[in-house]
Amino acid sequence: MFSALHANKPAQLILGLVIGFLFGFLLQKGNVTEYDVIVGQLLFRNFTVIKIMVTAMLTGMIGVHLLRSLGFAQLHPKPGSLGMTLVGGLIFGVGFAVLGYCPGTIAAAVAQGKMDAFVGGMSGIIIGAGLYAHSFPYLSRTILPKGDFGTLTFPELLRVTPWVVILPLSALLIGLLVWLERAGL
Amino acid sequence: MISFLTMTEWSPYAVGIGIGLLSCFAFVLSDKPIGCSTAFARTSGMLEQLVRGQKVREMPYYRQFVPEIDWEWMLVAGIVLGAFTSSWLSGEFRLQWVPSLWAATFGPEHLPRLVTAFAGGIIMGFGARWAGGCTSGHGISGTLQLAVSGWLAVAAFFASGAATAFVKYALGG
Repeated sequence: MFSALHANKPAQLILGLVIGFLFGFLLQKGNVTEYDVIVGQLLFRNFTVIKIMVTAMLTGMIGVHLLRSLGFAQLHPKPGSLGMTLVGGLIFGVGFAVLGYCPGTIAAAVAQGKMDAFVGGMSGIIIGAGLYAHSFPYLSRTILPKGDFGTLTFPELLRVTPWVVILPLSALLIGLLVWLERAGL
Repeated sequence: MISFLTMTEWSPYAVGIGIGLLSCFAFVLSDKPIGCSTAFARTSGMLEQLVRGQKVREMPYYRQFVPEIDWEWMLVAGIVLGAFTSSWLSGEFRLQWVPSLWAATFGPEHLPRLVTAFAGGIIMGFGARWAGGCTSGHGISGTLQLAVSGWLAVAAFFASGAATAFVKYALGG
């Protein structure tokens, strides 16, 4: 449908910037540029992060799958394995709690004057990513291929159409949000 | 009429719906899920290239993730501009070295916070690339696509993140 636009590199760079601008605006208005909010979530004292992520996921899940059904969008699930996704995810979580920002929110935090994010965190992430690039040949021979499941999605795993997963999952997630509000969290 | 632009905080549900709609736009207009962490890997490669030259591009990792400015790199640049604009409109832009939750537990000195943020950044940058994505690429884009990798990653992020935060604040407080 939009294949000419997808192939237009300068237009895509501008689109990336515009989508990023709106994303950064939303992250700042959502207060997730605050260390206190992110670490507060990990300590179960503040549920802003979960509320934003679950709502974004619900909206995006329904929207993207509808657009896909209409032929306007294609899915791009990331490949994964236990050695990659689980081990890498556990390492990420440690850094997430120690730093108190994630790769997206840190860019927004820097932009509102958080100097710990700029001086400490951002240089750390760039160095960490570089160290990974250097470790990659070794890791890809050893731990990364363990328990490979590729680009599998839950509807593929269960051999059902996506809506069989989306409808009950949406009900469950809306229930979680309602419960959080009722509990005053 | 534009007073909502100068508000210091929006409802998390409004923000979440906005991010979900942005994901839809990204899929349709750019055929891409929103993600942030490869931009940091590409930046790292570009900086290394300044020192070591073109041979950086021959590293197996940078053959997959070429160190250059791409859609996702522009997305992160956009985040900086958007968050700056938002904080400027609401009068929230100010230099801050130590977050208040940190200061209440570990004290107001700058250096311990900067060293910890640096160490946390290294661990997170390394872990994000190991996992193949971060809280946006896996946590939002992966989960909304119902990808097994996204759900597994987000469970791992929050499990080890919560465990680490509890240990950190139990020891500090």
